[in-house]
Amino acid sequence: MKMKNFGERIPQSLFFIIALSALTVLALITVFIFIEGVPLIAKVGFFKFIFGMKWAPSQGFYGIFPMIVGTISVTLGAIILGVPVALCCAIFLAEFAPRWLSDIVRPAIQLLAGIPSVVYGFWGLIFIVPLIRNYLGGPGLSILAGSIILAIMILPTVISISEVSLLALSPLLKEGAFALGATHWQTIRSVLVPAAKSGILASIILGIGRAVGETMAVIMVLGNAVALPNSILSPVRTLTTNIGIEMGYASGDHQQALFATGIVLLVIIMILNSLAQYSIRRK
Amino acid sequence: MKKTDRASRKFLHFSFICCLCISLLSLTLLTGCGRNADSVVIAGSTSVQPFAEVLAQDYMASHPGVSIDVQGGGSAAGIMATQSGTTDIGMSSRNLQGSETSLWSIEIARDGIAIIINPKNPITDLTLQQIADIYDGKTTNWDQIGGKKGEIDVFTREDGSGTRSSFESLVMGKSQIMARAMVENSNGAIRQLVADDPAAVGYISLGLVDSTVKALDLGGIVPSRAHVVDGTYNLSRPFLFLSLKPPEGLVKDFIDFTMSAEGQKILYDQGLIITVTNP
Repeated sequence: MKMKNFGERIPQSLFFIIALSALTVLALITVFIFIEGVPLIAKVGFFKFIFGMKWAPSQGFYGIFPMIVGTISVTLGAIILGVPVALCCAIFLAEFAPRWLSDIVRPAIQLLAGIPSVVYGFWGLIFIVPLIRNYLGGPGLSILAGSIILAIMILPTVISISEVSLLALSPLLKEGAFALGATHWQTIRSVLVPAAKSGILASIILGIGRAVGETMAVIMVLGNAVALPNSILSPVRTLTTNIGIEMGYASGDHQQALFATGIVLLVIIMILNSLAQYSIRRK
Repeated sequence: MKKTDRASRKFLHFSFICCLCISLLSLTLLTGCGRNADSVVIAGSTSVQPFAEVLAQDYMASHPGVSIDVQGGGSAAGIMATQSGTTDIGMSSRNLQGSETSLWSIEIARDGIAIIINPKNPITDLTLQQIADIYDGKTTNWDQIGGKKGEIDVFTREDGSGTRSSFESLVMGKSQIMARAMVENSNGAIRQLVADDPAAVGYISLGLVDSTVKALDLGGIVPSRAHVVDGTYNLSRPFLFLSLKPPEGLVKDFIDFTMSAEGQKILYDQGLIITVTNP
């Protein structure tokens, strides 16, 4: 009997150790980023770092406020452009689409998630940016270009999670609504979507997380100027692209400032993920 | 019967894990003793790095058994690493200043900086002052300097780049590049964007100018290798090799190779400007 327990326990503990190592990596990365970044935030001053308007590391200015504004504006643009499309698509797939059609559309949307972000960025640079420059004016590299690219990139996340939460609803809800004489559209609008609200909200929050964290695609289409934008056609820099664009030469305080940018990003992503978890659980 | 079965399986598990540990251990040990006497470490400017890599490859091809390790890090890091002795040869793409001048240094080549605009733009010539005014935001429209009406799209390199710091010291003087300027992190990206945008201006290495963009004359001086060599086109910067002490042994041999006709021809063919010899 003891022998058997022992034989069972070896793989069990082995798997436990391996699973633990994944967590350890997360802890190591977090600790490392904080160790590297916190001294600089302390040196510059928290408020001067977050709300400073000037970023010029070679002259000792470390203000990331224009980048926070950049991140928020590009993400907001992506949500405004992407979420309505994604929700319509999810509702169509869950409620209207015949089986054969959803069997084609669903994997096609998943394929969107598989396209490398650098390809999105390159496509945006070659196709979207000249369109904006020629028809709307400005340099083309802009909040609008970044928002369009990110709106496409968050589609798979928002669509698949919203669709799953619609499909997971009890069929009794729909049958009950039909029995009360509601039409299909009335059922969707006033019964199904409100019932799946928490899942849909979670999908949007995870989409925001994806948009905030995206780097490579937006580096190529945003223009990366560190100034407050005055229209959606202005170039901006986001927190992620700040790290991506400057890490090549950064050393000393400059490098620490990029890690400090990483701390701000990590905190934003952690808050978004907890919000998503919370809204899923609240169900 | 069953008991021995289980025992043997357990033994198998155990031996498998042992093998894994031993192979991991030996791997770390092996990588630990990679460095030997016949190796040179070169580190510093990322502008010089690709050229040093080509030189190192050619040198290693003709000197089997020698390993030359070229790393980036930037000019500042290269100078610091040379001063502290952690690298044998440092690379810098700017002149040494202050206490740095105590290092031994040699100019292996020069690199010109070209101000580029879109070929559709009718302007062909600007002065340094006009360029500085564009970059600090005083001039915002092409019609203020004799071009077609249209807002100027200003492109610059990221903070920390050697090309940017050379541009700042050679063109900007006391004024600063405005925050609204768009930032890209490679010569190639700036060339691509200027080639696409009729209202753009940017600056890149002279060796990388091609037919997709137009390099501006500076006060009547055409940007060319000859004008960099005779000093009339003054937007240029040195590519330096540095060493803590006057070089000897393998380090000296590699630097001699770089300065030889063969080494200089390699640099010339890669697009750099040779000032010492004429290949």
